[in-house]
Amino acid sequence: MRKTFLTSVLALGTAVGPALAQDFTEAKQGGSMIVTYKDDVSTLDPAIGYDWQNWSMIKSLFDGLMDYEPGTTVLKKDLAEDYTISEDGTVYTFKLREGVKFHNGREMTAEDVKYSLDRVTNPETQSPGAGFFGSIEGYDAMAAGEADSLSGVTVIDPYTVEIKLSRPDATFLHVMAINFSSIVPKEVVEEFGPDFGKNPVGTGAFYLEDWTLGQSLTFARNTDYWNEGLPKLDQITFEIGLEPIVALLRLQQGQADIPGDGIPPAKFLEVTEDPAFKDFVIEGGQLHTGYITMNVNMPPFDNVKVRQAVNMAINKDRAVRIINGRAVPANQPLPPTMPGYAPDYEGYPYDPEAAKALLAEAGFPDGFETELYVYNTDPNPRIAQSFQQDLAAIGIKAEIRSLAQANVIAAGGEPDQAPMIWSGGMAWIADFPDPSNFYGPILGCDGAVQGGWNWSWYCNEELDAAADAADAMTDPAMAEEREAAWRDIYLKIMEDAPWVPVFNEQRFTMRSAKLGGPDSIFVDPVHVPVNYDFVYSTDVQ
Amino acid sequence: MGAYVVRRLGESLLILLGISLVTFALLYLVPADPERQIAGRSATAETVANIRAQLGLDQPFHIQYARYLGNLLQGDLGRSYLQRTEVSELIAARMPATLLLMLAAIVVELILGLTIGAIAALKRNSAVDQSLMVFSFVTISAPQFVVGILLLYVFAVQLGWFPIGGYGTLAHLVLPAITIGLLGTGWYSRMMRSSMIDVLAQDYVRTARAKGLGKLRIIFRHVAPNAILPIIAMIGIDIGLFMSGIVVVESVFGWPGIGQLAWQAIQRVDIPIIMGVTLVSACFIVLGNLLADLIAPLVDPRIKLK
Repeated sequence: MRKTFLTSVLALGTAVGPALAQDFTEAKQGGSMIVTYKDDVSTLDPAIGYDWQNWSMIKSLFDGLMDYEPGTTVLKKDLAEDYTISEDGTVYTFKLREGVKFHNGREMTAEDVKYSLDRVTNPETQSPGAGFFGSIEGYDAMAAGEADSLSGVTVIDPYTVEIKLSRPDATFLHVMAINFSSIVPKEVVEEFGPDFGKNPVGTGAFYLEDWTLGQSLTFARNTDYWNEGLPKLDQITFEIGLEPIVALLRLQQGQADIPGDGIPPAKFLEVTEDPAFKDFVIEGGQLHTGYITMNVNMPPFDNVKVRQAVNMAINKDRAVRIINGRAVPANQPLPPTMPGYAPDYEGYPYDPEAAKALLAEAGFPDGFETELYVYNTDPNPRIAQSFQQDLAAIGIKAEIRSLAQANVIAAGGEPDQAPMIWSGGMAWIADFPDPSNFYGPILGCDGAVQGGWNWSWYCNEELDAAADAADAMTDPAMAEEREAAWRDIYLKIMEDAPWVPVFNEQRFTMRSAKLGGPDSIFVDPVHVPVNYDFVYSTDVQ
Repeated sequence: MGAYVVRRLGESLLILLGISLVTFALLYLVPADPERQIAGRSATAETVANIRAQLGLDQPFHIQYARYLGNLLQGDLGRSYLQRTEVSELIAARMPATLLLMLAAIVVELILGLTIGAIAALKRNSAVDQSLMVFSFVTISAPQFVVGILLLYVFAVQLGWFPIGGYGTLAHLVLPAITIGLLGTGWYSRMMRSSMIDVLAQDYVRTARAKGLGKLRIIFRHVAPNAILPIIAMIGIDIGLFMSGIVVVESVFGWPGIGQLAWQAIQRVDIPIIMGVTLVSACFIVLGNLLADLIAPLVDPRIKLK
């Protein structure tokens, strides 16, 4: 297992190398592909879209000031031609590329940047991403509905925009790369109102040519795209409503090119062992950790020894086997591809005897009864049953509460309802590749509120202060120091053991023989699930 | 007749009102917190409260329901929480596909069901009769999910006769229509069999035989038409039955109808869509039943409407 993981990390690392660049510059434009998905595409409004399916579609239709190198977590400039950061880290000045046009032909300017940021932070937009902009000056007034424009964002000239922060924020460039900060044209947003998500207009590599509700979407190449040579394909057709199993059958028959929802678990072994297809299976890491939360306010989990005992009782290898080895066991909150991951940390060993002893020490020699909440779609209930056995082995009788996703999330957000939750199917996938993204909402005091995502209700004010200090290190020269600070925070969390980190899921997808491009863009860690702009067709090479 | 229709329509409206109330109440009780879903995982409590107020979810139940009804009367089914699109637009876009599938399924079940039932009745108590009745029993009991996957695997994947799921051509329609139609086939063949047996025992059939008419002529001119009439009235009720089947079958075949829409919405607890689809399906079932009751006296004058 460890080996599989290493190879994929290596693949991720080498992908940035020169071989990749060559691939991209030399591949000719043209051709098309069919991508399938099960669910309807919900919206293509970048201020609102926040799911697996529309995430990289939006990235192909829109651009932000910043982006990432394809297939990696390395930041690069996008619509920003250049930027400067003031010494105290609170003023960012972006110089925009000139001559960038929206799909309607109008040139994008600094006014559009300001409008887009005002729009996403306006409570009337109901953006799930508004909170990411909390460090911009004037955000609080916007959130409270007292202002209709961010006071910190100033248009200096048509190609220069200045953003003042109310506090130094080392993650700010990542925020400028997230979908929610995509640049949108005011006149089109106002024309369509709430239906902008069905009529998206951006500056991206593709434009939306057709959308037949419930059936398909067609993206066509933006021939006016500022980034010359991109995108590679002339057209992408997204076919909607196909179960993953049906999608796979279609791919095998040459009727589809990428199964957008990945390879269904039931077909995994069959496909990876089939000589005709195994070479087209692609594995990638993702910024994901699956974990069990223990509510630190609900006895007996208020006792740290009980939480540590549970950490030693869970057989992670077996959980990985249940999902056909599509994951690597985890011992800390951060996934291995995330900066700040502690590669030398060994974590709690799997040792039921020691766990039992620790439980006795905590005053529960005969164990206790509790409840384990779990999302009711396969494989999560099976994984929960495996945990149930592990817990039974040290005397803890856990009753499984298998519920719809929304209900589990609601239970986790109540202060005293769910003693334990298995995060499968709802687990945290990072919004951007920065260690801070695994803290605030899911392990910090901010998230430990009713309706929050900190289901273990762990709130350590000392660590909150350390987190703030780390995020104030905006000087790029302090990047390593900052990473070390975050590493310490997560290791301290492990001492208090509010979670059992169980595994980091790997992603597996497939492509047809007619598609080209490095593997890393088909399992892109940021342009999830696929970086469409860089896929090319072998038919036209 | 006119007064009867008016009264039945009035009753239907009351039934629909009842259904809307029960569905709305059940969805109100589901602890799904739509405002949290919309606000996203990074939202502050303030944002969540704000959205709650914008959607009117902070109002007591009766106000929320009254508002929903008020909008409904103006033809407004609300906006989907997750797709942020008008529910009426989503349903309208998917309705043609569902209607087409239902129509095709009715054709399938009538052709298969009536033929099988007639043959079984004519070969009554023979091995043919028994195996056909076993077949009809199997089609009634087999889960549509399994039948669908099986047909898909054999005829689309292995034999390649039909496309693997999707929508657009007649070829796309065949397998899902058969999957839904097979359930009705079982019922219709059993009804047709007993109806045929009844008719075969009638005096006029004996008279026809005594006149020396040919066997085929008797069956097609005298027996079949009379046996089919009471069955035709059942089609209205079928429409209701289909409504449950399409949820599964549309998902298996990637058929872009309202069943698939409902299934997605249920999984994501998108309440406005669930409400909308439930109401539209309820309309179908109520109208289907009304239709069945109106057709019955036309085909059998012994039935009187009161």
